[in-house]
Amino acid sequence: MSRLELSGVSKSFRGLKAVSGASFDVTPGGIHALIGPNGAGKTTIFNVIAGVYAPDEGAVRFDGRAIHGLRPDQVCAAGIGRTFQVMKPFAGLSVIENVVVGALQREKDVPAAKRFAAVIVERLGLGPKSGLPASSLTLPDRKRLEVARALATRPKLLLLDEVMAGLRPTECDQIVAVFRELNRAEGLTILLIEHVMRAVMALAQHIVVLHHGEVIARGAPDVVVRDPAVLESYLGEETEV
Amino acid sequence: MIGRLLEGVPRRGLVVLAALLVLLAVFPLFASGYLLAVGFLILYFAYVGQAWNVMMGFAGQLSLGHSLYVGLGAYAAAALYVHFGLSPWIGLGAAIGISVLAGAAIGFLAFRFGVAGVYFAILTIAFAEFARIGFDHFAWVRGSSGLFLPVANYTENDLWNLRGSPTMFYYLMLAMTVGAFVLCHALLRSRMGYYWLAIRESPEAAEALGVNVFRYKMYAVVISAAMTSLAGVVFAFYYNNLFPEQIFHISRSIELILGPIIGGIGTLVGPIVGAFLLTGLAEGLRELMLQLGIDVPGVKQVFYGLCLLMVIMFLPDGVWPPLAKKLGLHR
Repeated sequence: MSRLELSGVSKSFRGLKAVSGASFDVTPGGIHALIGPNGAGKTTIFNVIAGVYAPDEGAVRFDGRAIHGLRPDQVCAAGIGRTFQVMKPFAGLSVIENVVVGALQREKDVPAAKRFAAVIVERLGLGPKSGLPASSLTLPDRKRLEVARALATRPKLLLLDEVMAGLRPTECDQIVAVFRELNRAEGLTILLIEHVMRAVMALAQHIVVLHHGEVIARGAPDVVVRDPAVLESYLGEETEV
Repeated sequence: MIGRLLEGVPRRGLVVLAALLVLLAVFPLFASGYLLAVGFLILYFAYVGQAWNVMMGFAGQLSLGHSLYVGLGAYAAAALYVHFGLSPWIGLGAAIGISVLAGAAIGFLAFRFGVAGVYFAILTIAFAEFARIGFDHFAWVRGSSGLFLPVANYTENDLWNLRGSPTMFYYLMLAMTVGAFVLCHALLRSRMGYYWLAIRESPEAAEALGVNVFRYKMYAVVISAAMTSLAGVVFAFYYNNLFPEQIFHISRSIELILGPIIGGIGTLVGPIVGAFLLTGLAEGLRELMLQLGIDVPGVKQVFYGLCLLMVIMFLPDGVWPPLAKKLGLHR
């Protein structure tokens, strides 16, 4: 059974079709990437999965259970963690407090949540900044915080929305190593939206390409990046001069 | 339990808190009748400020209509006492019940239909105004001519019926202020407290982390309403007269939120500091003017306005956070 399965998902905003008939699935324990040009509908798909929008048509199944139409907090409770492309830290709270909010999802009380949050914070390399307000963090640290909060909910599936964007190559490699480790050691399934191809190629075992709201290609990374339809969507149509 | 409550509170903070508490406890032994009344008022504003802070400071929901809960609490208990001779502590049950229902109705309407921010604040004003106009025509509680509690010279303090000396009311209010402080402290460290702060900072992110935003916003409104209505009950039995035009008036709602704004929204000590500064200084100013023989009506309101202006310009987080830092009391 697929961990996540989208079948014929469509979502429009005032007649503008952001996603149209998208179908793909994510295998348990896999790392899948969702790529495509700006405006292809990647974040809309994430928001449909995470319960921010209900799809106009189609179904989203998580471990076989239909989750479309659930609220975001119910989707989280079901076992899907997500980060936001436009980061939304709890700016007035400290780093550790941010993560405690996520940890409370599975931990029975605040002290237990604090202990678990401390482990996650350490793992993402935010340990020394644990007591600082989230508003004082640099961009890479804010990205790490987004990931830490989502991980603290102990998801079975983690949705990462452009967490590598704006990072330097070394920072990018660091965070890629964290995801690899989580995937390997705990079997965490990951679906990521990413423009940084360095990260996509390093992480993803499977790529789904979206263009104008439609899935135009899917498969192994080295195959997908040579697909003429994919090249065309990124670089434009080849024309004779 | 107590150990957990005190966990992480700086030692110096505890010492200052204990000293302040002793000072407040012995205050009636030395204070004149007038000073005792001022003391009561300070504690009253510290208490309702704390209650309002649960909604705004913790959960980020701006209420500009908290006079609604004060008024409903006051009228419920007073009417039951006047008509049936019921103790205000029994009346408190009705007071809390009605206030919670009103708060839940406002919360449901707003949060279910996505009314947020300024629009939510306007909704809270609207409900307080409904009550003001409604109670003006509510014959059972004597409408606009006002509801009066029987007054006599009390030689003994009757805590059960809340009939007694100003000193009794002062101590009652002190106990309530301390209680509210401890309750808010505990709430803030609970799961609910973390969820409230998360909602205040970013409702979308809170939702994504599994927080049922609607439910926890409702809890904030309902708890704040219940706490505020208790203040209303005591208010009624302290002043012995109730007029819809006064108790539900928007100026009362504004007056009630100035303390926490000036003291520091979202902090536990802010509402108390704010109440001391505002009420203390305003009464001091009034006394000074009286001594100087200057009689300017509305000087208190102008003073409040100035205080608010200064705080917003120079201490946007309120007086307490920078003060706590100076005293080494921040976490």
